Amino acid sequence: MNVTRRQTFMLGAGAVAFATLGSQATIAFATEESDKLIAEFSGGKEATAGKIKLKAPEIAENGNTVPISFTVDSPMTADNHVASVMLLALGNPGPAVGTFNFTPMSGEASASTRIRLAKTQEVLAMAKMSDGSIFMDKKTIKVTIGGCGG
Amino acid sequence: MAKSKPRVKVPKKAAKGDIITIKTLISHKMESGRRKDKKTGELIPRRIINHFKVEFNGAEVFSANLEPSVSANPYVQFKAKVTESGTFKFTWTDDDGSVYSTEKKIAVE
Repeated sequence: MNVTRRQTFMLGAGAVAFATLGSQATIAFATEESDKLIAEFSGGKEATAGKIKLKAPEIAENGNTVPISFTVDSPMTADNHVASVMLLALGNPGPAVGTFNFTPMSGEASASTRIRLAKTQEVLAMAKMSDGSIFMDKKTIKVTIGGCGG
Repeated sequence: MAKSKPRVKVPKKAAKGDIITIKTLISHKMESGRRKDKKTGELIPRRIINHFKVEFNGAEVFSANLEPSVSANPYVQFKAKVTESGTFKFTWTDDDGSVYSTEKKIAVE
């Protein structure tokens, strides 16, 4: 078969269009999933900014292990403490990172861990207090090399 | 796969009411279930540590549900308030049902 210059171009354009569509569909799906996770975690309550502070590097060279930590401002007494904190990597194929559950015995609601990031994206931390109120913080992390394999 | 080996760092001594920092790490691949085998092109099934729990003298202090976005060899650092001497028990649960655990003692003065 003889492939002309024009045909080659059309093929290329088609492939690009397909690739774009495909990745958009994945993003939409991931957003839907994070929305669902947020709704489940917060019980439909509106999240306010403040109290929780997310600490993460601005630029992560290696997306395979990105150090990340958070602290929630709370007296941590039996009737006023942080119940749990959820971390979401909004741009990952599966956004859930983990949920950390605290008790008054924690003394201080803070934790750090290492996470995988597929690409440059926003990471969200959401804290649920013992009275049910929700606080959140967001950070954008630039990723040089993605860390989800594939 | 190599056996998962937990490593935990807890201070040996603390004063009553102190908030101590505990560092934990366990060797584990944390296979996300999204990677493909380079030779066959098939997805490698997910196998991660999905739960981590810490108890002090039998009462739960801290726990975490982990998801595939956590890095390999999951590292978790957190705080605990100690009011008496005792033992911290750390338990990791694997997707395949295996449970890894370790204990650390602390003396509170």
